[in-house]
Amino acid sequence: MKILVPVKRVIDYNVKPRVKMDGTGVDLTNVKMSMNPFDEIAVEEAIRLKEKGIATEIVAVSIGEQKAQETLRTALAMGADRAILVVSETEVEPLGVAKILQKIVEEEAPGLVILGKQAIDDDSNQTGQMLAALTGRPQGTFASAVVVEGDSVKVTREVDGGLETVSLKTPAIVTTDLRLNEPRYASLPNIMKAKSKPLAQKTPADYGVDVTPRLKTVKVSEPPKRSAGIKVADVDELVAKLKAMGVAA
Amino acid sequence: MTSLVWVEHDTGAIKDATLSAVTAAAALGEVHVLVAGSGVGDVAAAAAQIAGVTKALSADDAAFDHVLPENVAPLIAGLMANYDAFVAPATANGKNIAPRVAALLDVMQISEILSVESADTFTRPTYAGNAIATVQSSDAKKVITVRGTAFEKAAREGGSGTVEAASGAGDAGLSSFVGAEISKSERPELTSAKIIVSGGRALQNSENFHSVIEPLADKLGAAVGASRAAVDAGYVPNDYQVGQTGKIVAPEVYIAIGISGAIQHLAGMKDSKTIIAINKDEDAPIFQVADIGLVGDLFKIVPELTGKL
Repeated sequence: MKILVPVKRVIDYNVKPRVKMDGTGVDLTNVKMSMNPFDEIAVEEAIRLKEKGIATEIVAVSIGEQKAQETLRTALAMGADRAILVVSETEVEPLGVAKILQKIVEEEAPGLVILGKQAIDDDSNQTGQMLAALTGRPQGTFASAVVVEGDSVKVTREVDGGLETVSLKTPAIVTTDLRLNEPRYASLPNIMKAKSKPLAQKTPADYGVDVTPRLKTVKVSEPPKRSAGIKVADVDELVAKLKAMGVAA
Repeated sequence: MTSLVWVEHDTGAIKDATLSAVTAAAALGEVHVLVAGSGVGDVAAAAAQIAGVTKALSADDAAFDHVLPENVAPLIAGLMANYDAFVAPATANGKNIAPRVAALLDVMQISEILSVESADTFTRPTYAGNAIATVQSSDAKKVITVRGTAFEKAAREGGSGTVEAASGAGDAGLSSFVGAEISKSERPELTSAKIIVSGGRALQNSENFHSVIEPLADKLGAAVGASRAAVDAGYVPNDYQVGQTGKIVAPEVYIAIGISGAIQHLAGMKDSKTIIAINKDEDAPIFQVADIGLVGDLFKIVPELTGKL
């Protein structure tokens, strides 16, 4: 079974985002960029399925600017076999990304597509579900366990009340949650090897997909600030505060 | 303009998140609601009573049990011929089905809105809530998920909507429900609790979490939450997690115990009315957002606090 893993280049999760003074977006100049953490988990899961002999080939794909090559090289260094970069210097929305992925799914016919459940920049949480709709495939979102059994896949999902397990007919779409696995670090020899793995370059036009945005960002602003309050010296003072607030009798 | 709102229910009670979604939809115009699942007649009748709702659609079909998106999304997409907007609460179910509906309609979804600025313009959080984007949609129909903490809950009574049957294609044959491990608790639900007591990695293990955090929560009638670190370490199950990718909460009082205050955690609780932090590290970022802070050893402070309340 072939596995397709879409990955996105985003602000590193340790960096505190700063809104630009002119309100047009978040300042990304000279900011560390990394693979979206949920996508790292997706790459790791694909590699584990390959190590178990279930997956035969892992194809990583990214839709974004030229620099997303670095993100794909990271996926290749972790263990993906080849990569496709669909270059767009303007931002592509989840719907546009899903349409491009739909075309790639038609070409590559993967048994599973594993994606991060959301990107930590736009926090949309849409692409996997949209791809499932466009390809008519079942979806197992927010996965904390993925078990392939013959021509179906059992996905345990993190839901509001706990965990839920669904069985999906393959080919299927899976999106990862935090506790699916702990992604490996790429070793130096593997980073070197990744440089010679194939990376194909495409454009949205190659797939005949119109990626004109449907949402216009009117402005971006900082959230209301919370300021630090007071420190109390001991438990008695805290109890007095709680009582004054009516929280404790 | 008329919206169709997804009703989150457990074949009995309508979940609070639905009521916030109704309020958001009411800002756009007329509100109809959709109740799906087997034996949902009573739920649909109750949903028609929500203030502001003029019609409840009842899709009574076992194919819609467990909200399998492969079956539910085509039902909604079909009904959307008569609606201008589909509005779902940003619950696990809402997040699962809404984008599937959006793609079937060729619409770019607007996720987790915080406010309705006009019929086509909304605000939504990005970058873990560190940047609030105002976005304007050019799609003819809107697909929206609603952050529950950002909207008042519509009253459960006061509406006098009609109930109408709706049907879809039924079982798409792509997926099936296998089972669930749902946490059972006598405590209030995290997303609707007035008081939340949350524990972090400093609790060190599951036993400590239960013996230190839970007695305080029970004394206050509070829900119990946790940081990602505590969940990752296995102290408590995933449904306790408060944060960017866990639950978003905004209680009257949020008590953070042994939680340092990573960006991802703050994203899930910084809209709480009053934040109280107990942490031994006086430089912990949690103190930058806390209204009341107490620096010290939680293993001494929390049992003493529980005893004195």
